Amino acid sequence: MDDLVLAMLVRALAFGTPILLAGLGEIYAERSGVVNLGVEGMMAVGALAAFAVAQSSGSPYLGVLAALLAAALVSLPFALASITLRANQYVAGLALTMLGLGVSGLLGKPYEGAPLAHPLPEAGFIVTALLLAVLLWFFLQHTYGGLVLRSAGENPETVDAMGIDVYRVRYAAVIFGGAMSGLAGAFLSLAYRPSWADGITSGLGWIAVALAIFAAWHPLKAVGAALLFGALYHLSYRLQAAVSPEFLKAMPYLFVVVVLSLSALRKGPSGAPESLGIPYVRGERR
Amino acid sequence: MDGGGGGLRRIGPFLIEKDLVAPPIRVLLVSAAALALAFLTAALVFWAYGVDPVLAYRTIFVETLLSSGGFAEGVRRAIPLLLAGVGLVLAFRAQFWNIGAEGQLLLGAVAAAGVALFAPLPAALLLPAMFLAGFVAGGLWAVLPALLKLRLGVNDVLTTLMLNYVAVYLVEWLIHGPWRGRTAFGFAYSDRFPEPAMLPLIPGTYVHWPTLLLALAGALAAWFVLTHTTWGYPVRVTGDNPEAARYAHMPVFRVVFAVALASGGFAGLAGVGEVAGVHGRLLEAYQISLGYGYTAIIVAWLARGNPLGAMLTALFMGLIFASGDVMKISLQMPFRVTDVFNGLILFFLISSERLLYYRVRWAPVRKGD
Repeated sequence: MDDLVLAMLVRALAFGTPILLAGLGEIYAERSGVVNLGVEGMMAVGALAAFAVAQSSGSPYLGVLAALLAAALVSLPFALASITLRANQYVAGLALTMLGLGVSGLLGKPYEGAPLAHPLPEAGFIVTALLLAVLLWFFLQHTYGGLVLRSAGENPETVDAMGIDVYRVRYAAVIFGGAMSGLAGAFLSLAYRPSWADGITSGLGWIAVALAIFAAWHPLKAVGAALLFGALYHLSYRLQAAVSPEFLKAMPYLFVVVVLSLSALRKGPSGAPESLGIPYVRGERR
Repeated sequence: MDGGGGGLRRIGPFLIEKDLVAPPIRVLLVSAAALALAFLTAALVFWAYGVDPVLAYRTIFVETLLSSGGFAEGVRRAIPLLLAGVGLVLAFRAQFWNIGAEGQLLLGAVAAAGVALFAPLPAALLLPAMFLAGFVAGGLWAVLPALLKLRLGVNDVLTTLMLNYVAVYLVEWLIHGPWRGRTAFGFAYSDRFPEPAMLPLIPGTYVHWPTLLLALAGALAAWFVLTHTTWGYPVRVTGDNPEAARYAHMPVFRVVFAVALASGGFAGLAGVGEVAGVHGRLLEAYQISLGYGYTAIIVAWLARGNPLGAMLTALFMGLIFASGDVMKISLQMPFRVTDVFNGLILFFLISSERLLYYRVRWAPVRKGD
């Protein structure tokens, strides 16, 4: 019995890992004040970059590196539009998702269905994700850099008054968030599947965005939340025979709606950064 | 600020100044420049894919704009885009961030199919009942997130988006399960609609003209309500400044509720048009809609809050979809290529918005300054 519980826990962790990785990145971006709805697109780009480089070079580690770089790179135009040009963050993120899915679907066509000689073990990604959660929590709550990052999202004027460039902080957070989405994508195409297919992310990026809210923008709570979503995915996999598969596929999305509503019902502050979604204009009062 | 004129920056003989009222000509110029940049960037993607960009654009131009068949395809794609887009113009004006037009469209298709396949109605009433059911189903699918936003403050972007996925699986469940057609051996779709539940087409095309007329009428009606009636005013104020609207005792709740119902309802009508005009049955979600609900966001954004502008932008995006078909057939590129276009166009559009509020003036420096 214990073995069964343990096995289920491990599977839930594996399902939850891409959500956790990308969710941690989104938490950092949002703590700096920027909502990035492009996670799904960046994850797809990361997954393709990882697979393409791993397959042609023979080294999956080079693939992981490529995923980090490629996803960070595609987050740049989003950062430019939403931070420097102060465009609507939601719409800019949506554009990033369309672009990421479109470009990866197009350029990934030759890799569709190709085998991967050296896949990576899932365990490595799972452990990395858990370690990163602790590390990112520590950085955010107990270091000066973390304080600056949080202040950029709560009260950017203070950061400015400290002589620190708010834009630079937000750029760094968004680019880091991109790299984390890329890592999540690499997990999918190098370890979890391991292969490339158009639509490989299957909505996981959106769940990661919801995870940031559900976890109250807290890296450690994100672990629990990812485990919960992972368990749900696993459950839907196990229940295939009993319940219609379409209902089970829809369940995580319904769950997000329910979870967001429950989070809203929670008493007290939601934990949302004060200036979330609001572009910063230097030298102007809001 | 350097002395006088509100000049911000000087580049050679040009003075760049802030100007918060953008005249239409500047809106047009900036939008055109953004589109041109999007197409240039897309050319890079084509080149990376291994297709000569010049050949690609020539093929698109010749086979969509210069061929009547291609143009008709663009018009047919513009019908759902206009319906959903006009709904989104209304929603965005009231700051209801409805990203769920795709799901609302699918719900409209489901409701229409339900009526067409199972309602014991006289033939003449079938199509009107389908449109009504589609409007209600799509509208309710949008009202749910609107209520969550109004009552609990739940983020509407995420809830409307999540419900898109739920709608996709609802359609899949219906066509694999209870509504699976008796004649669909091994395929997943419903039975064919009876003849009176089908919309007439313009001969030789797939343009179901009754839906086209409905969409044009919808755009006109939305424009009229927004600009010429007492209902439009609260919608605009609620969008610009909800606090002020509340302070002025405007019915913010009712405004957002009505806008959600209308915007989801319009998307629902688009879904009715697709199944009753083009397919004649309920089939896979990605076959009913090629992402029209997402592209409608661009249609609404490009129209800059004007329902009449959506007529033009829907046609434009419809032609982009038609060019996706052309590239798939003539150049063997995956249909994903339309996502590349969509993403780039949206990106450059919103990025260019800041430029609308600056004007460039010819003001050479005089000697002695």
